[in-house]
Amino acid sequence: MSRARVRLGLIVNPMAGLGGRVGLKGSDGESIQQRAIALGAQPRAGERAREALTALLPLKDDIEIVTYAGEMGAEAAESLGFRAQVIGRIEAGRSRAQDTRRAAQSMKEMNVALILFAGGDGTARDVYDAVGSDVAVLGIPAGVKIHSPVYAVHPRAAGELAARLARGERLAFREAEVIDLDEEAYRSGKVSTRLYGYLKVPFVRQFVQSAKSASPASEQEAAREIAAFVVGQMQPGVAYIVGPGTTTRAIAACLGLEKTLLGVDVFLDKALLARDVNERQMLDVLAQYPERKIIVTPIGGQGYLFGRGNQQISPPILRAVGRENILVVSTLNKIIALRGQPLLVDTGEAETDHLLQGYMQVITGYDQRLIYRVMAADSQAGQAL
Amino acid sequence: MEELTYPYIPNSTPLAKRTMLAELGVDDIEALFSAIPSELRLKRDLNLPEPILSEFQLERHVNQILGKNISTQEALSFLGSGCYQHFVPAVCDEINHRNEFLTAYSGRAYEDHGRYQALFEYASMMGDLLDMDVVNLPTYDAFQAAATSMRMAANITGRKEILVSRAIHPDKVSKILDYNGHILEFIFIDFDPQTGEVDLRALQQALSSRTAAVYFENPNFFGVIESQGARISELVHQCGGLSIVSADPISLGILKPPAAYGADIACGDIQSLGIHMQFGGGHAGYIATRDDPTYLLEFPNRIYGLVPTKVPGEYGFGEVAFERTSFMARENGKEWVGTMANLWAITAGVYLALMGPQGMAEVGQTITAHVQYAMQALSKIAGVALQFPASGHFREFVLDFSRSGKSVAEINRALLAKNIFGGYDLSGKFPGFTNHAAYCVTEVHTKADIDRLAQALTEVLV
Amino acid sequence: MKRASLSPRRQYHQARWNEPILYELGSPGERGILPPGIDAAIEAEIQGWEQRIPASMRRESLPNLPEISQVEILRHYLRLSQENLGAGLIADMGMATSTVKYNPPVNEKLAGSPKLTALHPLQPEETIQGILEIMYKLGQFLAEISGMDKVSLQPRAGSQAIYANIAMIRAYHASRGEGQQRDEIITTIFSHPSDAAAPSTAGYKIITLYPEEKGYPSLQALEAAVSERTAGMFLTNPDDTGIFNPRIRDFVEVVHAAGGLCAYDQANANGLLGIARAREAGFDLCHFNLHKTFSTPHASGGPATGVSCVTQALAPFLPAPTVEFDGERYYLDYDRPESIGKIGQFYGVAANFVRAYAWIMMHGAAGLREVSQAAVLNNNYLMKKILEIPGVTAPYEPGQPRIEQVRYSWQKLIQETGLAITDIANRAADYRMHFFLSHHPFVVPDPATLEPTESYSKRDLDEYAAAWASIADEARHQPDLVRDAPHRAPIHQMRDQEAWLTDPDKWAPTWRAYRRKHSQAAGRDS
Repeated sequence: MSRARVRLGLIVNPMAGLGGRVGLKGSDGESIQQRAIALGAQPRAGERAREALTALLPLKDDIEIVTYAGEMGAEAAESLGFRAQVIGRIEAGRSRAQDTRRAAQSMKEMNVALILFAGGDGTARDVYDAVGSDVAVLGIPAGVKIHSPVYAVHPRAAGELAARLARGERLAFREAEVIDLDEEAYRSGKVSTRLYGYLKVPFVRQFVQSAKSASPASEQEAAREIAAFVVGQMQPGVAYIVGPGTTTRAIAACLGLEKTLLGVDVFLDKALLARDVNERQMLDVLAQYPERKIIVTPIGGQGYLFGRGNQQISPPILRAVGRENILVVSTLNKIIALRGQPLLVDTGEAETDHLLQGYMQVITGYDQRLIYRVMAADSQAGQAL
Repeated sequence: MEELTYPYIPNSTPLAKRTMLAELGVDDIEALFSAIPSELRLKRDLNLPEPILSEFQLERHVNQILGKNISTQEALSFLGSGCYQHFVPAVCDEINHRNEFLTAYSGRAYEDHGRYQALFEYASMMGDLLDMDVVNLPTYDAFQAAATSMRMAANITGRKEILVSRAIHPDKVSKILDYNGHILEFIFIDFDPQTGEVDLRALQQALSSRTAAVYFENPNFFGVIESQGARISELVHQCGGLSIVSADPISLGILKPPAAYGADIACGDIQSLGIHMQFGGGHAGYIATRDDPTYLLEFPNRIYGLVPTKVPGEYGFGEVAFERTSFMARENGKEWVGTMANLWAITAGVYLALMGPQGMAEVGQTITAHVQYAMQALSKIAGVALQFPASGHFREFVLDFSRSGKSVAEINRALLAKNIFGGYDLSGKFPGFTNHAAYCVTEVHTKADIDRLAQALTEVLV
Repeated sequence: MKRASLSPRRQYHQARWNEPILYELGSPGERGILPPGIDAAIEAEIQGWEQRIPASMRRESLPNLPEISQVEILRHYLRLSQENLGAGLIADMGMATSTVKYNPPVNEKLAGSPKLTALHPLQPEETIQGILEIMYKLGQFLAEISGMDKVSLQPRAGSQAIYANIAMIRAYHASRGEGQQRDEIITTIFSHPSDAAAPSTAGYKIITLYPEEKGYPSLQALEAAVSERTAGMFLTNPDDTGIFNPRIRDFVEVVHAAGGLCAYDQANANGLLGIARAREAGFDLCHFNLHKTFSTPHASGGPATGVSCVTQALAPFLPAPTVEFDGERYYLDYDRPESIGKIGQFYGVAANFVRAYAWIMMHGAAGLREVSQAAVLNNNYLMKKILEIPGVTAPYEPGQPRIEQVRYSWQKLIQETGLAITDIANRAADYRMHFFLSHHPFVVPDPATLEPTESYSKRDLDEYAAAWASIADEARHQPDLVRDAPHRAPIHQMRDQEAWLTDPDKWAPTWRAYRRKHSQAAGRDS
């Protein structure tokens, strides 16, 4: 039986990972890349991409790889004997962010089934800028900073997932956060991350079925259950400050409201009171409404409750609302992905961090509650990822 | 003292222990228990009888205790009331004694394909007997099946009130209330004192837009066949509620399946289908519905479904809609799943396969005819009256001894002296039942058995 | 000493009978058995008996059951029996938390005695003294083994015993006027799902504790969970990781201080017999599974027995009837005004009482201790062997011994090879193994939970670990072999499982549903 070839996009950011070995904490920006090379860094992303493609070798005849010339993909693909359709090129050794963006944009237009990209958080940002969450993408981990859960845990695992897709297996998709550090701040010793958006990432919904175990319920379903429960508990006259995240977005959806993707919104009486508020606007709300609660969900794979992606909810606001009025919501899978690491707070103010420390209830489903540990990020130093 | 080697514990030999401890780099097995603090330790031997290490002696010991029982093989029994003496084909025992089924547990279809297929076949045959498409892997017993069916109906309708026919086992009422009493509300519907059937007027008065379901049994606890099942279902449907009918599958070769008179949920016990009484240990509860996701997704129990494999024509199996269960959703699952009563489902499947359509019809006929004869013969005895004489009966009937001047307890003691187990004493258990007993007659009873009972009763009551 | 050889496993092939579904066997008119007909003497005496069935209730057409001769039915089921892997056929150490151990045939012989099988539960007391004696004594044994004061054998499985325990907790609080106020139950995520599901079914809200570095929750987490709303706590210890929470008594005290009761799920008691009891840890209630710890067979998934054990304070609430002894005769006591009532029909699964009684009598105090010591020795020995396989870990407390089971993680191997844990599980079937991954959720990633019990020999353990090592090796070097597994099972890899099991238009819970939805596929020859 002959089948139409499956078209896969491949983008290698040859600069990804350059900074790591030479201690530069990232490789974004041409000047840093030049410095890294000057320090003797060797590009490794191509090697990681090849490792991923190895898993696709048995399907060589069933897939068509769409990529850019040379070290941006063609080199890796051709070295393994894949037929690669080269749709663009760059000057060797001078790949820039816009190359990644251009390549991803073209691949989207060519209707590829999946874009595999080798890089780090910066690369994920570039892919996101180009295609948003319209196209299925999957990261091959090759960068220095990998905080965005859009990457497979291992290059081989990324290749295997692509192979499943190529074999016609039905995959499930989730929205995964694109998170990036501010590298400038990071290099000067400060940690500051931003949530940039969401990519559409495939995953194997393992259909685990034995009489005693089975595959986990879908993330969307879990988020809907949480939302239904939280909405059922909402009280009139209370201002709800709602942080960003897919789980909190489900709460808005349950109310028939549209949530600001990356910002903080305020709900009152099951309606939108204020959109995308900053700290100042929130303080105004607090001044008006004596009864208020905060609804937050941990961000990304690191489990930051406050201080990453929701810095608007600042120490003064947290102190004013009070610990007992914070509703933490999270799907169970997100908690499990923390591998036992506590939820972290890094509000920028030690006193507030310590106020938030201890144990909190996390709503993980309809009337499902988990007790989970919360720690200040600074006391977690040395234990962290 | 020489160390004992236990036949069931291969590594109880000193050699095995030494070798394995050495491999672990541990001198004393105690080191492996280091996590258990001293204050939690039992610092003495358990206070248990001296063991009987010889299998021969053990068998003699246990059989000596069991020997104090007098079984229905030694006495003539007319007891029913939830546990029934029926013919058990030898093939049923042959199959449920197979070590391969007895010791299997919960592999997938790759490891336990036979178990899956046998259970799928059980559900399939029950489905045909009941004329319904979805049948669970059985729950513990009919009590649990009834209680769970009510919870399902409440979830499906979003209502909380269950109307229950009073003609059910008082112990079942206890179970239903224990299980649902804190979540649902109950109204008990009296039976018509003349017929023993559901009192339709009382039912109509109780029905409302709050009604989640009506639950009744057919035949009911008195052996009375509810002739107005269709009307009952119609009435509850008019209120937007569901009709739940508990029916014994052994009656369904001759009686209509609940689906034929409007039942939305059928439930009951499968002990009658080739499973020995075992002092009440042979029960398993079925629940069946039509094939509608609204219903199927409310089942708490396992439901096996057919699945194709990579080889055409080969049958695989898996669990249908498993995400509804507690194994997937913990406290948000429907009730819970766990070990329940699968060996009895396999046995009941063997029974139904052996009986076939003709066998099921015949056993129903035999029971009906035997019951008719027994009712006729016993009601002739002075001091004995048949309760609900005009109603149709299956397998059981109630005798009223109030005119005999003797209590059921006294009568049963006298019968026991004649090596007969008289009927289950219902005195005081139902309105108007002052000195009544439920008698059970099945295909295993002969005319001689019934005549012997009649003779004995005649003697006892003079 | 003989080395463990894998060759028997490599040459193994499970029975593959490719049996048709029963409906595809037989032909019209065939009979499997002739049931007792109407006694000729009765037929001669009565007329018109059919008319006594109300016309509205007479079945109009025969049920669509298969028609097959007895020869073929027996053959069919014998073949199906061969397509199973139970404790009798394999060293069944992959089904942890379920304690799949040896089921001695002598117990089957005893449980199969007509002195039990032909006993009706409502017989006069003087005719059931034997079985009541066994129930009474077994109850005493289990009270001693748990340290509790009184028991009920009525629940027909562990989960039903958990339900009985929550019902008693409710009755207890209600008797003190706190029934409404106390509506929360605390459990841990590694406890059996029923420890959350049964209290939830009873109407309680559930609060779950999460394990920390040592594999169990901290006392502070519990302190954050208790309040005046706490009705009780349900947990296993050791839980499914095989790690024993040494602070369990402090846990119990925190709950007691808040006014709650503590119920110990003793599903994982196989390493604790005669060593540590619910009593010493301060519990108010516990339950045992006779089909796990006390060797009654799993029976393809029941009938089983869960035994609820309680302290004196909870005894009035036990399900009715209880079995009592007045010094001369054994009797059933229904006169228990505070009882929660009936949990199930009659008194439970009597055959299991006989089996468990015989099994305990066969061991005695020293034997039970030997059971637990051997189970724990086997487990730690197997753990050492399994952890020698690259890519397999046992999360939490490395280097520390475990009690009777271990939840391993295959994550490293999975990440390295890109295979799924289900691929590994499928391949295990080719080695005549099956294993329990984990209850949901998979807190331990890519899990496999093994419990070798006391029933398996060093040879079995060595061979089992060698089989795992072989699969790990195949995963690295012949991933397709693993991905396409099983190859030597009764069936080939299933396809489209998700659609066939979750799509209402496709799912086929019975043959009739299958015929209706998949008529084009129905029948092998069409």
